[in-house]
Amino acid sequence: MHVPSGYGLHPQNYIAPSGHYPQGPGKMTSLPLDSQCGDYYSGLYMVPTQNMVTPNTANQQPGAQQMYGRGPPAPHIVGSTPGSFQGAASSASHLHTSASQPYSPFVNHYNSPAMYSANSSVASQGFPSTCGHYAMSTVSNATYPSVSYPSLPAGDPYGQQMFTSQNAPTVRPARDNSFSGHSMAISHPSPLPPPPSHQYHQQQSLSGCNTLSWSASGLPSTQDNLRNHTGSLATANSNPTNTAADSLSCPVMQNVQPLKSSPVVSTVLSGASSTRTPPAANRPAEPVASVTQPSELSQQKGVDSSSTTSSASPVPNSYDALEGGSYPDMLSSSASSPAPDPAPEPDPAPASAPAAPQPSKMAKPFGYGYPTLQPGYQNATAPLNSGVPPSSPAYSGFQQYAQYPGVNQLSSSLGGLSLQSSPQPESLRPVNLTQERNILPMTPVWAPVPNLNVDLKKLNCSPDSFRCTLTNIPQTQALLNKAKLPLGLLLHPFRDLTQLPVITSNTIVRCRSCRTYINPFVSFIDQRRWKCNLCYRVNDVPEEFMYNPLTRSYGEPHKRPEVQNSTVEFIASSDYMLRPPQPAVYLFVLDVSHNAVEAGYLTILCQSLLENLDKLPGDSRTRIGFMTFDSTIHFYNLQEGLSQPQMLIVSDIDDVFLPTPDSLLVNLYESKELIKDLLNALPNMFTNTRETHSALGPALQAAFKLMSPTGGRVSVFQTQLPSLGAGVLQSREDPNQRSSTKVVQHLGPATDFYKKLALDCSGQQTAVDLFLLSSQYSDLASLACMSKYSAGCIYYYPSFHYTHNPSQAEKLQKDLKRYLTRKIGFEAVMRIRCTKGLSMHTFHGNFFVRSTDLLSLANINPDAGFAVQLSIEENLTDTSLVCFQTALLYTSSKGERRIRVHTLCLPVVSSLADVYAGVDVQAAICLLANMAVDRSVSSSLSDARDALVNAVVDSLSAYGSTVSNLQHSALIAPSSLRLFPLYVLALLKQKAFRTGTSTRLDDRVYAMCQIKCQPLVHLMKMIHPNLYRIDRLTDEGAIHVNDRVVPQPPLQKLSAEKLTREGAFLMDCGSVFYIWIGKSCDNNFIEDVLGYPNFASIPQKLTHLPELDTLSSERARSFITWLRDNRPLSPILHVVKDESPAKTEFFQHLIEDRTEAAFSYYEFLLHIQQQICK
Amino acid sequence: MAFTFAAFCYMLSLVLCAALIFFAIWHIIAFDELRTDFKSPIDQCNPVHALVLPEYSIHSLFCVMFLCAQEWLTLGLNAPLLFYHFWRYFHCPADSSELAYDPPAVMNADTLSYCQKEAWCKLAFYLLSFFYYLY
Repeated sequence: MHVPSGYGLHPQNYIAPSGHYPQGPGKMTSLPLDSQCGDYYSGLYMVPTQNMVTPNTANQQPGAQQMYGRGPPAPHIVGSTPGSFQGAASSASHLHTSASQPYSPFVNHYNSPAMYSANSSVASQGFPSTCGHYAMSTVSNATYPSVSYPSLPAGDPYGQQMFTSQNAPTVRPARDNSFSGHSMAISHPSPLPPPPSHQYHQQQSLSGCNTLSWSASGLPSTQDNLRNHTGSLATANSNPTNTAADSLSCPVMQNVQPLKSSPVVSTVLSGASSTRTPPAANRPAEPVASVTQPSELSQQKGVDSSSTTSSASPVPNSYDALEGGSYPDMLSSSASSPAPDPAPEPDPAPASAPAAPQPSKMAKPFGYGYPTLQPGYQNATAPLNSGVPPSSPAYSGFQQYAQYPGVNQLSSSLGGLSLQSSPQPESLRPVNLTQERNILPMTPVWAPVPNLNVDLKKLNCSPDSFRCTLTNIPQTQALLNKAKLPLGLLLHPFRDLTQLPVITSNTIVRCRSCRTYINPFVSFIDQRRWKCNLCYRVNDVPEEFMYNPLTRSYGEPHKRPEVQNSTVEFIASSDYMLRPPQPAVYLFVLDVSHNAVEAGYLTILCQSLLENLDKLPGDSRTRIGFMTFDSTIHFYNLQEGLSQPQMLIVSDIDDVFLPTPDSLLVNLYESKELIKDLLNALPNMFTNTRETHSALGPALQAAFKLMSPTGGRVSVFQTQLPSLGAGVLQSREDPNQRSSTKVVQHLGPATDFYKKLALDCSGQQTAVDLFLLSSQYSDLASLACMSKYSAGCIYYYPSFHYTHNPSQAEKLQKDLKRYLTRKIGFEAVMRIRCTKGLSMHTFHGNFFVRSTDLLSLANINPDAGFAVQLSIEENLTDTSLVCFQTALLYTSSKGERRIRVHTLCLPVVSSLADVYAGVDVQAAICLLANMAVDRSVSSSLSDARDALVNAVVDSLSAYGSTVSNLQHSALIAPSSLRLFPLYVLALLKQKAFRTGTSTRLDDRVYAMCQIKCQPLVHLMKMIHPNLYRIDRLTDEGAIHVNDRVVPQPPLQKLSAEKLTREGAFLMDCGSVFYIWIGKSCDNNFIEDVLGYPNFASIPQKLTHLPELDTLSSERARSFITWLRDNRPLSPILHVVKDESPAKTEFFQHLIEDRTEAAFSYYEFLLHIQQQICK
Repeated sequence: MAFTFAAFCYMLSLVLCAALIFFAIWHIIAFDELRTDFKSPIDQCNPVHALVLPEYSIHSLFCVMFLCAQEWLTLGLNAPLLFYHFWRYFHCPADSSELAYDPPAVMNADTLSYCQKEAWCKLAFYLLSFFYYLY
């Protein structure tokens, strides 16, 4: 819209209703053609250039607002208000869009309505005299000109700036009125509900307070700090003098503002370390400009700051959570890998914070230097910041204020340059791997935080749901190839969330060309249009979207929850249905051959089902059915009205048919009594069976027939190799080859039967979940296909027996409880979209890929994770941000069609160092693991292992070649990659990939299945378990969860050297906990925690900690409970005595140690070094 | 005798070659449709499967004919493709009923582009040999 042709399409600016026009893009502006992408960031960041926008402070007092436009940038129009005003604005904006040569028409346009001719003329000339201009503006308050007139070419800094003044005093009051009509929100703080008020307040203060907010923007923690100050700020805003000052020409303003803000700022600075330094800011010598207000903020303000801010959204959104700081989300998102501080203290950017390994850095501007970021980006820092290098605490309190507003751009662009020479951030600190002994941090490794503007960071998707292996996306494929790192996404889309904004509206706003859902990273060009952040198309904002149901205000599309949260859920209309939403349908297909009865799982299953029958997700339409099979197939007629369940036997397994198709799947509530009868009878019905055959294939075909009309979930329990009918399998495992170091065969399926069946099921929206409970080889590689392609899940209980192996039995019981009661989504599809230029090329997980970016998921469950490999097809040079969006459309168990949308936004970088700085090593490892699984199936296991080692070798040597000054004898890794070799070694010692150690084929295949379908958090624990010493738990550093004190012992490295005979250690492997008790462990501990007098009396198989009333017992239990609560599948606990046979299980997880067949960590490093030198 | 067995072979293979060209074009279209999301891989792969076997057998057929006709040069030209077909046939996953194109895997961008490239190459080869037979 108002974008001059050069800017073309991007709308980047939000319109600030209030009449701020942030304008345009910084450098990019100079390119005439960068139509779309170009500045899209600027829109997002809103502040792209240092325009100074003054905030509109108190409502009534609109001062003159000025913007300093920087480049030929787009003038923005802001049409903020409803009503007549809008009309004018929008029309104006249209005009602009169309105008290929922006300015003149522009000006005219403005002139005409306004009496601004004077202004405009000034503007057009290019060098407005500030004073004059301002004077004008103040005088001419009556009109609402929202114009920046950048007339000059970007090259000349002075020329670039233009002043626009817009004052809309007259308009505003009117607006206020209109608002008041709409909502009571107008008067400031009053409407706030008490708890949120704080936050909103804060927000408000942000939006309301120009400079302050700015400074804040650079600093993540600011907001917190600001809270304290809100009051004062608010008053400040409302104070006419201030506003006036703001509205006045810059010099004045600056003086004023610093005063106001200074206290706040200083606190902020000291508290927080910002990742991004405003380049301009750091150079005191340069005149730095004036006040900028982040356009986003201004945007948030809405028409009038008080009204908008005061409206607290009732929906608990992630925003709140983030701000609160104490939420887990916050923790994970804010803390970054290197030195995460688990404490809630807001330290969002530890990466930069740990600052300065070299003291000299402190003095310099610090932060992630992303030279590529345009000044607009940097603008995020406000004028206040200008003097302050946010990242180094040393600077706090020491602020320089910009003296010369005019030079803003210049300084910022210089700042951009200066960034290049700025010292490396922490994540790039070279680490000599061979010398650093304690590579593993003491606290859990968190996901790195993308280096984004604070506002975006706050809005960004939680790393628990959505992670990218590189948080800085390389600009070109060539750069990516140079870095030798995998690029991909790790998704956990259906995660259980405690807070999720659910949006019901008739129209779901989506981009018309790429169908992207509206999200926080789109840019609003004006009130009426938004620009898609994936394809850059400009779309209309539908009428309905203008009204914000949360605030009950009109005309603030940017404040809708869709635009405030990167994870939202829509209730979809009938447009999103191919058929009426299906009911929840569950079918259980149970193996009742001799083998199965012997293992005794039926008792556990029926018991769990009876307990959880009422908790099965579903509505009144829920249907359930049972089938059992041995060499024949048994159906159960549970039709309402029967006195007892009726068993129907079909023995023709070559041509299976359904005896009574209508009465096999019955309504859960209508036939509950019959179902209960059946469940009670089932365990004993087959006790004397002599049938050893298993006709799994025909049973599955029958199940498919039964399910095809509706779709739903089939749970298959199987205990042996299928030996009859279709899909019969032979034993392919040669036990003598289990520990072979050479070829591991038979990782792929033996037959396509199960795959085809799964594809058929997937087409009928049926997922098949497999529970394999076998004591012998059952060819999981073939059986798993039935779940893999139908989006099911796989559970494997090796050597299951209900009495001989109680821990497996207990695990089954707990898994079943979770399985039966967890959320479920039916007939789902997931589409992943990404910014133009990126493309997805391989997907990992359990699903069927229906088209290039569409995954068909018959069922989706909260424990399913996915991975996607990406490639860069077109250079991303004309954008500074890329976004990824996953949309999961599913039918909830209540029969609602819902869409869950996650959006992730990441910066683009052009230098190799920045790429390395942004590596998310855990995500990279998980993606590599997925790729390695594919490789071992399609090629061979040894190929996959080589590929893993090569991944380390390549990336480290590529890094080594970028670092020139290092001696080549050492193995150097950037700090962000320092755990990479360790994790790869851990992968090589995983059951899935290890060689030389005896591994049963099914165990190996199961480990591979888990790698493929587990979400990142769980997978990481499986790859690299956490080891804690628990015999000396203290309350130091403990956290409080629900009134319980949970001690936080430090992580130990996975090496026997850390184990002492005097200690007791807990190893958390994700699905299993081991407690290892040293031989000479303190008897007090054994007695207090385990309840046995001494080491010798501890039994070999202990799977529970007794509830003892001692302090250490309480601590240990609360710690373990806390660990358990963090994951969906309750792990089983093994107490392992030193010297017990079970200890090999424990020791195989000590991956830093040498085994007969594999390197120790140090040897592995030497091996890598050798490879690099070759 | 002008009309030798070799000449007959060439004439027959000319006709069959036209069929093969048709198959190759059909493949290309099919993969292109997949790429542009017009069809589901399952729907698409089934007809593709149906064509793979005839294609392989036709090609083997005229290889055998050339062998009988002792046209060594022509046979030599066709041999690489023949071996490639055998390799595909015996090397494909699991049951050989499921030829070459695996619905779940085909959407993988690498596989898809590989398949497409393969189809183009075959098209070129068949075209060339068509003119060769003509001559």
